[in-house]
Amino acid sequence: MTVDELKETFGFFDDWEDKYRFVIDMGKDLPDMPDADKLEDNLVRGCQSQVWLTHSLGDDGKLSLHIDSDAFIVRGLISIVLAALDGKTPEEILGYDVEALFDELELLTHLSPTRGNGLRAMVARIRQIAEAESV
Amino acid sequence: MSAIRADFPILERVHRDAPLVYLDNAATTQKPVAVIDAIADYYRLHNANVHRAAYVLAEEATTLMEDARTACQAFIGARERAEIVFTRGTTEAINLVANGLSSVCEPGDEILLTELEHHSNIVPWQMLAERSGAVIRAVKVRADGELDLEDFYAKLTDKTRIFACNHVSNALGTVNPAAELVQAARDAGAITVVDGAQAVLHKHVDVAALDCDFYAFSGHKMYGPTGIGVLYGKLDRLEALPPWQGGGEMIETVTLSGSTYQRPPYKFEAGTPHIAGAIGLGAAVSYLNDISRDELVAAENELVAKTLSQLRQIPGFRLVGEPAERSAVISFLIDGAHPQDVGTLLDQQGVAVRTGHHCAMPLMQALGIPGTVRASFSLYNNAEDADRLVRAVDKATTFL
Repeated sequence: MTVDELKETFGFFDDWEDKYRFVIDMGKDLPDMPDADKLEDNLVRGCQSQVWLTHSLGDDGKLSLHIDSDAFIVRGLISIVLAALDGKTPEEILGYDVEALFDELELLTHLSPTRGNGLRAMVARIRQIAEAESV
Repeated sequence: MSAIRADFPILERVHRDAPLVYLDNAATTQKPVAVIDAIADYYRLHNANVHRAAYVLAEEATTLMEDARTACQAFIGARERAEIVFTRGTTEAINLVANGLSSVCEPGDEILLTELEHHSNIVPWQMLAERSGAVIRAVKVRADGELDLEDFYAKLTDKTRIFACNHVSNALGTVNPAAELVQAARDAGAITVVDGAQAVLHKHVDVAALDCDFYAFSGHKMYGPTGIGVLYGKLDRLEALPPWQGGGEMIETVTLSGSTYQRPPYKFEAGTPHIAGAIGLGAAVSYLNDISRDELVAAENELVAKTLSQLRQIPGFRLVGEPAERSAVISFLIDGAHPQDVGTLLDQQGVAVRTGHHCAMPLMQALGIPGTVRASFSLYNNAEDADRLVRAVDKATTFL
């Protein structure tokens, strides 16, 4: 699903229930990361749930991101981040405002530091990767 | 019940068109008007530094703060006022003791804890172990959330210098047999430290009867303000404990070649104390003395039991911890869901619970789970709160 499709879909939701059912369903559909990749080095630790992140840079200069979590809602939110950032160049990633997207989808609270879900740290980690790869 | 709810202004807050259901009381409780007013009145009418000036405001501030100490003394049944040391909270109280007991431990000595402890009753002891060469041992917790007493007696030896445990578990609500544990540890020659943070609101604590050497609790978990708590210590233990922070208030005389210290409790209260906090805590104690606490605790236990039996009806509900005696906490999981998913879905329904490891990671490791969803009750929670929780959990399971 593209970011534009996500925005359109979220526009149809009348209440929190529809929205969270959708986020959870996206979370269930997110491909699992192989256990072999769930290494300490790939872990973005949250206070409550954990996120694992790996990446590779293709010959076309685009970053492939692989992200997983142990919580469904976080996995659903990861799907949204991937829709925005996966398969983009490091420069495109650095120029993208993830907070603005979450704000528009009315999910911004999930990026707040008190949530302890690792999502905020994950977005910061993706930007670090993009910065390192853009040099 | 409705009378006590009216004392807590925050309970009137509406969130998503419904009153907020606050079930994170083990983290911190809400504050009654009596406490809020006591703090505001202190700043409005009586503010001055304590213990060292001969004018009316200073006398009033000193009296208010020392009255609060006396109230805390009576509240936990301490024999002497001097046994009540004001600290920032339970964490600071335990750190104070652990710092002061450095010289008690030699390499190879043992500090006995339990797997049920909050990090605040683990990490200060680990730091002491690092300084002294002592070894940390921990009493195992059983799958039902009770301490394994056989393991306790096996690990309690003549090497045990210090035994530290909580009175009530913050993560599971287990009420530990503190009197039995303390007695056995004392008989073995250990110094005993009890973390009472989760106990003081829900139980009548009598430190003299419990006969522990130290007992710690926080104001903010018993309707008082944050940033204030109490370390109780038997007077001879406090006399023997070296001061841990130096400065004003805690000294008798100072010359550049050396200083002499005050007696307890002032020896441990360097610098200007949290006067407003102490007065707020005193007001919280007075408040608890004025309400029918026994009846309210009985009603709370009944509410928790009833809520638990309703939650058990929900398919996929899995209770974590089935202690013989439970205090105000229901810790649980929903099959197939991460605790955080459940917490987020309850938040959407205006029900505030805590999810995660509850600052008890060793306990979660022992139980083999990433964390739990924890609903923790207080004396003002009512049947509607319980009903909203049950309905919210029920609905959450349909998402997962």
